[in-house]
Amino acid sequence: MCLAIPSRIVNINNTVATVEAYGGVRKDISLLLLPEEVSMGDYVIVHAGFAIQKIDEDAAKESHRLLELILKEEEAEL
Amino acid sequence: MVNTELFKDPAIANKLSRQIRHYIRGPLRLMEVCGTHTVAIFRSGIRSLLPEEITLLSGPGCPVCVTAVEDIDRAIAIAGHPDVILATFGDMMRVPGSTSSLNEEKAKGRDIRVVYSPMDCLKIARENTDKKVVFFATGFETTSPSVAATTIESLGLKNFYIFSVHKLVPPALTALLSASDVRVDGLILPGHVSTILGIRPYEFIASRYQMPAVISGFEPVDILQAIYMLVLQINRKRPKVEIQYSRVVYPDGNPKAIRLIDMVFKPVDTNWRGIGVIPESGLKFKDEFSSIDAEKNFDIDIPLSKEPKGCSCGDVLRGVKIPTDCPLFAKACTPEHPIGACMVSTEGSCAAYYKYSGTDIG
Repeated sequence: MCLAIPSRIVNINNTVATVEAYGGVRKDISLLLLPEEVSMGDYVIVHAGFAIQKIDEDAAKESHRLLELILKEEEAEL
Repeated sequence: MVNTELFKDPAIANKLSRQIRHYIRGPLRLMEVCGTHTVAIFRSGIRSLLPEEITLLSGPGCPVCVTAVEDIDRAIAIAGHPDVILATFGDMMRVPGSTSSLNEEKAKGRDIRVVYSPMDCLKIARENTDKKVVFFATGFETTSPSVAATTIESLGLKNFYIFSVHKLVPPALTALLSASDVRVDGLILPGHVSTILGIRPYEFIASRYQMPAVISGFEPVDILQAIYMLVLQINRKRPKVEIQYSRVVYPDGNPKAIRLIDMVFKPVDTNWRGIGVIPESGLKFKDEFSSIDAEKNFDIDIPLSKEPKGCSCGDVLRGVKIPTDCPLFAKACTPEHPIGACMVSTEGSCAAYYKYSGTDIG
């Protein structure tokens, strides 16, 4: 029940945004829970008709980097 | 552009699997607290990538499963009022109460509707001013902020009510970790509950119980990386709470959502199906929101509720038993004819075991 879907904002009208999820499905959702401003093109995570958080692209890149480190470590050790 | 494909990459998943095998020192019992993780783990076949030393246990994090029988009975009682439209999330429809379910009541002619978002109820209320619209609100911290925001948005509507049986994850973890019969070496913590809560409400897990814990995302690579992080923590004997799912879980969580929960709700002792009453683990409306609180506006006295006989859901939800230990599993209790709530919800561990049995359960 805690499923939440990453979706891209394609339109904003006050506190309501149209988002597009993977596969092109579009939906209107509320922005009332977001602690920060979002713009068109931003990715948010959507649950029960609300964006509950903006996806942090820098953190996503950082976790890619950490994964790469783990995997490099593997190549060195195994 | 956020590239989430990397978190689904089978080559990376295989490399992480080899890393886990390389570092593991002995048998480990790890609990995935969240039902959405349970389903993700089965669906992606992660069990087949793990060494046999690792046993994955499902935890209490399935809101459908832990909604008390008496609360289902109360929702049914509310829906029995002739001028009521009861709305709820689709997952709640088939959950058995003492003698009936919302689905059965709908078949008898009650006006019971499934909504995607609590905000959908406001439209139903505006279009049906001669009716009372009641939202049966279930779910953890992922969902309760949306219901709090809907509460604020609904002020001014005279025919809208909410029956809140929301529950809180950290008090349930306290109950779990204090129980003498629960044997767990590390926790995979819920990703989206933590999107709201951040890391602080979990810090007691490491400081008070010396239990390693990692907040994980839901893709196969996320979950394997979380398990890898747990294995390293266990080896180093330095338990802490870490965030694997950093693209969505910030250390402070979502402060605006937390403020909304605090504005509208207060924590109360509440009954978890199969587990029992956990102190301060439920959310009810604060007094200033009495006008929207269904429990203050409807007569919902119900006869004593009955738990199904022989059902092991309570032990399954605490990781003491796995579904196949239950004598009813796949015999008297199946997804078509569920006896316990863990078989009803697609995120219940019994339903997940049933659906995927014969694949990679181990």
